[in-house]
Amino acid sequence: MTIDAQVPSPVRVDKSRGSGFQTAAWIAFTVLLFWMLVALFAPLIAPYGQGELLSDDSFALAGDVGLLGGDYLGRDILTRVVYGAQMTLGLAAIITVIGFAVGIALGFLAAVSGGIVDTVLSRSIDAVMAFPSIMLALIVIASLGTSLEVLVLTIAAIEATRVFRVSRALAMDIGVMDFVEVARARGEGLWWIMRREIFPNATGPLAAEVGIRFTYAILFISALSFLGLGVQPPNADWGSMVRENLQGLLFGSFAPLIPAAAIATVTFSINLIVDWFLHKSNRDISDEILQ
Amino acid sequence: MTALLEIDDLWVEGRPPGGDFQSIVKGVSLSVNRGEVLALIGESGSGKSTICLAALAYARPGCRFAGGKVLLEGQDILALEAEDRRPLRGAKVAYVAQSAAAAFNPALTIGRQVTEVARTHGLMSAADADRRAVETYRSLDLPMPEQLGRLYPHQVSGGQLQRLMAAMAVSCDPMLLLLDEPTTALDVTTQIEVLTAFKAVIKQHNSAAIYVTHDLSVVAQIADRIIVLNDGMIMEQGTTQQIVEQPTHDYTKKLMMAVRPPPRSTAGGGTARTDPSASTAPVLEVRGITAGYGRVKKKIVLRDVDLTVNSRQVVGVIGESGCGKSTLARVISGLLPQVSGEIVHNGTVLAPAVEKRSKSEIQSIQIVFQMADVALNPRQRIRDIIGRPLEFYMNMGAAARRERVGELLELVELPREFATRFPKELSGGEKQRVNLARALAAEPDVILCDEVASSLDTVVGAAIIELLKDLQEKLGVAYVFISHDLSTVASFADEIMVLYAGRVVERGPTMDVLSPPFHPYTRLLLSSVPEIRQGWLEDVMKTREAISGISREVELTEVGCPFFARCPLAIVGTCDTLPAPLQQTKVGHLVACHRDIEDLAGEIIQH
Repeated sequence: MTIDAQVPSPVRVDKSRGSGFQTAAWIAFTVLLFWMLVALFAPLIAPYGQGELLSDDSFALAGDVGLLGGDYLGRDILTRVVYGAQMTLGLAAIITVIGFAVGIALGFLAAVSGGIVDTVLSRSIDAVMAFPSIMLALIVIASLGTSLEVLVLTIAAIEATRVFRVSRALAMDIGVMDFVEVARARGEGLWWIMRREIFPNATGPLAAEVGIRFTYAILFISALSFLGLGVQPPNADWGSMVRENLQGLLFGSFAPLIPAAAIATVTFSINLIVDWFLHKSNRDISDEILQ
Repeated sequence: MTALLEIDDLWVEGRPPGGDFQSIVKGVSLSVNRGEVLALIGESGSGKSTICLAALAYARPGCRFAGGKVLLEGQDILALEAEDRRPLRGAKVAYVAQSAAAAFNPALTIGRQVTEVARTHGLMSAADADRRAVETYRSLDLPMPEQLGRLYPHQVSGGQLQRLMAAMAVSCDPMLLLLDEPTTALDVTTQIEVLTAFKAVIKQHNSAAIYVTHDLSVVAQIADRIIVLNDGMIMEQGTTQQIVEQPTHDYTKKLMMAVRPPPRSTAGGGTARTDPSASTAPVLEVRGITAGYGRVKKKIVLRDVDLTVNSRQVVGVIGESGCGKSTLARVISGLLPQVSGEIVHNGTVLAPAVEKRSKSEIQSIQIVFQMADVALNPRQRIRDIIGRPLEFYMNMGAAARRERVGELLELVELPREFATRFPKELSGGEKQRVNLARALAAEPDVILCDEVASSLDTVVGAAIIELLKDLQEKLGVAYVFISHDLSTVASFADEIMVLYAGRVVERGPTMDVLSPPFHPYTRLLLSSVPEIRQGWLEDVMKTREAISGISREVELTEVGCPFFARCPLAIVGTCDTLPAPLQQTKVGHLVACHRDIEDLAGEIIQH
């Protein structure tokens, strides 16, 4: 809130402040769209098969093997980055969807029903959150085995605890509004109140949260893969590619840096988009206050 | 001598989100002399707050100054750079906002906030500022002036907080005070307390003030001159006496009409309308309700409350905030299950919790909330808001629903086209009409109206009350009308129940309760209703009820009569230990008091 709102033209100032954000957001959108297309059409784009050995040499130079060189087994890095996009982004998307469905449902339920339901849910989730998330995931995966299903469900469960917190807090705020009281007084059930009264008023902050959690999912998968408990060979994903090719750095190869750069560009883009979105919705809110 | 503040041909433009700039103040000129109180009155949207803020050279976000001059001591403050304006604010011109609760930061102590201006501008040392603040608290008659500064805002009452706003505003001895509806959200008794404080402060510091309000009776108490605004233009101006006694402009007369005369003269106006044959069948009965908040250890807010609503009847529930009026509405609607007692609808006892009631039971008792803004889901269109009860209770199909929503909108005097709008596209009064339409959609027997007009302008609120009356005649619905505004209730209700600290202190037909008022609390409420008359404030402060009852908070007590601490007639040893017995003056009129009816009647004659 600024006190000195009286400037020659408040509109122009607003626009110029917004446009910096907007340019960054456009670039970020383009980068993200690029990776999404790559992920969707991976088999069409990739020049080779993802397990195809092209050379006997480790870390072949760019040009000798494919456009970006070969990895420690002599496979094409470009091909594996393309397939890795599919694996990493696809898993992150599934994890985010499951995490949000579960997290929002439980968070809203806890806030709307209150009482014992809220206490039991909140305390259980606190208990889960008390463990460092990587440690927890390592323990679960180590004991249940390394399959994609276990990987997805474990990370989704951990993501859901974070979503639970956010959506419970949002629903708590919205739940005390009179229109929710009116719905209760009308005799509406929990499901209606959660779906029709609370959810539409929580979409803004939740949308921002989707972006943030999606990035975390990518980082989480990559971290687990890097530690060897994530996506298993011969499937390519960005985290395991970094690990597999780590020694390449000693030979002056870019092999581990390429998937690392992929992770960085995607997460950075999403963060920029989220920032732009929050900035935009803050402005919308201040516009609404004006009315 | 030049005027302290001179506004010359001021134009201000505002831009609705996504829209173009429109003029909201259209060439207003005015001046304020030293030591003078100027009142700006008008409905919301008339530009009165915008003009008031111009004296700080401040335009709200989305607004800009489009022309004119604002001269403070001859200097055009609109022409100043932002940096140069800062020393003015708080130090030379101070602003008191409508809601003290929203203006205080809950995380900082009161003392810190009251002395903030002095410290920020470096006008005095922290110790001096604190000392001055304590003096100001004392002169404003605030409790415990020495310790007050160390408290946090939630630890004092709303009226005290509003008076602390005044303390904050005068902390640097400003030349000009801007008071933006500082009493609008308050109870009548608190309003008197705050008005008296403001008046004292203005007099003591000999500062000039601009007082913004829509309430003419408040203005009559405090202003020297009045400017009537409508749609960003000056309609009429003159001394308070001129405007109050001989308004010339039609718009001023309209504003005057909207202020209800004090209930003395009109009490019982509602009874005449009652159909005597209908008054035999109670549609809603509340028997011995006790209710409270808190899961483990209940804080009891309502004790042993009885209420009977006959069909087609209007029952008014009055009392200050904190008396349990809204709690009563929540208990009846089943949102807050009672601890004991029962609620009977058409002869059937209703389950305490709304989840346990049948759909038709819920359908027949509808509730309309005070805050029209937050009672409508901002993400739903009006047709969905009004259409939902039709779908929920009556399983009405989409086409029938569309038709019925149109009818309901017309019933509450809104155009049918509003169906496709979102709540934010409506004004406060229109929103309240939509709220009402939603309640009517269920075709209830009883509508619980919880302060439905209190957060609205006088004119808009009066229109809502008129609509309620019309609807009652047309549809034969009964109302439980909850309000702290005694004059509105008096003109409207057939029966009145006076609640104090969760207990019924008096109930009966409107005429019997109000003329004459027997219970000392009823009398305090009645005498606190402002009149459009200069000097009323001084007169009322001299009455015994005011001396013992104003500036006191509602306290929930376990034993004795709850009103003991504020009652001029309290009998020590009886009233503070024994519950007040219910006495009957005549059939249907009950007074809860230890004093004999004859004593109370004698008191009235003495008055």
